[in-house]
Amino acid sequence: MTWNRENKWRAGLVVLGVIFLFAAPNVFQLFTIINMTTAIAFAILALSLGLIWGYGGILCFGQTAFFGLGAYAYTVAAINFGGSTWAILVAILVAMLVAAVLGYFVFYGRVSDVYLAVITLTATLILYSLMRRTSGPEYKIGKSLLGGFNGITSPPLNMPWDTSQVLFPEHVFYVAMAALILAYILCSWLVQTQFGRVSVAIRENELRAELLGYDIRFYKMALFTVGGGIAAVAGVVFCNGVGRVTPDVFNLYNTALTIIWVIVGGRGTLIGPVLGAILLFYLTSSLGTQAVLNNNLVLGAILILFVLLVPKGIVPSFTEWWDNRRALRTSRRKEVRMRRRRSRLAEANGEAGDER
Amino acid sequence: MKGEIVLEARDLSMHFGGVHAVDQVNFALWDNELRCLIGPNGAGKSTFFKCLTGQHVPTHGDVVIRDVHVAGREPHQIARLGVGIKTQVPNVFDGLSVEENIWLSARRWHKAQRAKVLTQETLERLALGDIRSAIVGTLAHGQRQWVELGMVVAAEPWLVLLDEPAAGMTHEEVETTAELIREVNKTATMIVVEHDMQFIRMISNKVTVFHEGRILIEDTMDVISADERVREVYLGHKSQ
Ligand SMILES: Nc1ncnc2c1ncn2[C@@H]1O[C@H](COP(=O)(O)OP(=O)(O)OP(=O)(O)O)[C@@H](O)[C@H]1O
Ligand SMILES: [Mg+2]
Repeated sequence: MTWNRENKWRAGLVVLGVIFLFAAPNVFQLFTIINMTTAIAFAILALSLGLIWGYGGILCFGQTAFFGLGAYAYTVAAINFGGSTWAILVAILVAMLVAAVLGYFVFYGRVSDVYLAVITLTATLILYSLMRRTSGPEYKIGKSLLGGFNGITSPPLNMPWDTSQVLFPEHVFYVAMAALILAYILCSWLVQTQFGRVSVAIRENELRAELLGYDIRFYKMALFTVGGGIAAVAGVVFCNGVGRVTPDVFNLYNTALTIIWVIVGGRGTLIGPVLGAILLFYLTSSLGTQAVLNNNLVLGAILILFVLLVPKGIVPSFTEWWDNRRALRTSRRKEVRMRRRRSRLAEANGEAGDER
Repeated sequence: MKGEIVLEARDLSMHFGGVHAVDQVNFALWDNELRCLIGPNGAGKSTFFKCLTGQHVPTHGDVVIRDVHVAGREPHQIARLGVGIKTQVPNVFDGLSVEENIWLSARRWHKAQRAKVLTQETLERLALGDIRSAIVGTLAHGQRQWVELGMVVAAEPWLVLLDEPAAGMTHEEVETTAELIREVNKTATMIVVEHDMQFIRMISNKVTVFHEGRILIEDTMDVISADERVREVYLGHKSQ
């Protein structure tokens, strides 16, 4: 990894994140902190889609499937184990396994992009209706009832060394923020490895990547699986923030939201989707408290606005503007320097003329 | 001079519905050869290349590369045998820099350190050094062709297929390309598809003429340019 401009930006963002992690609980009220935990969960989910879509070109319309599976797997495992530490691992593994299997069929079957979107969306909606039907006492995994439509109460996180030391909501915030920062670092690192660079190449031109000898099916499946794992972490954070997991994690609204976060924040960057998710989370929750405008209507309008006016999303548009400004400045400076030199030359010539 | 046969097409056919793009082609290429492939538009040259590199599964017949039967294999598997191809429509990574394009090819076959060196060497060899940080999508057609050639060369394949490498280039660029091809041929066996007769004379002695999916004749350029049938289907076609 080189210490280039982009990585300096990334390091700066990580530092900001760490400062925020420690400062926020001292500044904000508990209610705000609990709310933030949910926003952070969405940010991690957006990051996972930003990774596979923005860098790998995999348009997954069902990233929430892995998010929801992570939340459910965590909850069920934590109830059965009587502790959270291993449950987190189980959640990540379950989601990654499902992603790997789905990815295998989709990528090795060379399903086209459009069908990939349809298949992942369908998988999510199937999970939605499946989980809604699990309300009877016969639907249980080990000690945990699945609870149908009402979902399951998620056991809170506990200290890894002591299951009786349960984390309070402000501590859950620390965990959430730390998870976001770590996921961001992981993704930043990943996109600069050979694996990440080849994934970007595949996004750019699949055929060329194949003709160079890269097995694009494997790369896509692997990236998809990593994305599933990160989405599962988001799910774990989410059900800890809310204290419960319901089939609604799989619903169409959330699925669409994920895509909108990434479009608004910007594909091809990692911080973009994170900011997109947080921005829209606060926008929709502030809209939720009033009755004048319909929430979905506003979201739809935002989506259309961005697709038409800011198609690259906030962060890429910003960096473009910033770079242009810098370029303009340096070129202006150059011009001023040239003009000075020219006038100096003219002066010198003039003097020479006088002497003659 | 003739060593062993390194590439062979046996009864190779590629049909698209009623179109027999490649039709029962038997073709052999010897080690270290530089073969030119010519033929009028739609003769099936590109389709033939696509069958050799796994982009199409042939309707019938087989392709044997150094004793490996490759018909029906994935493109990356065939590439791994050491086969490099420049396609007719430039296939490059448009959103990435010139350097990244070349590196992606070099890194496929070499460890990080060696790949870096090889990338630099290739950039210099193809005089792409000045535009190394340029985004390939913003370059002119000729330059994009060069980037693709660079990618092929950087992988150091032993079998190189070039589909119209000089298309859209200036006269000067064409000559440099011919030089490059001759140089690459020192270490690699090659097939080059071209329309430009002068260019072919610059690089090759043995030429295969495709016509309507079949091989019409296979000989030296002198014999071929004197051949009546070739004149009819190709040279005549050109001067129309
Ligand atoms: N994917 C395809 N589907 C249907 N027909 C095809 C396909 N690819 C090629 N063809 C047809 O096969 C024939 C041979 O095409 P090909 O591109 O191989 O010719 P070519 O010799 O490379 O011509 P050119 O000199 O114009 O590049 C043409 O008639 C073309 O229309
Ligand atoms: Mg062609």
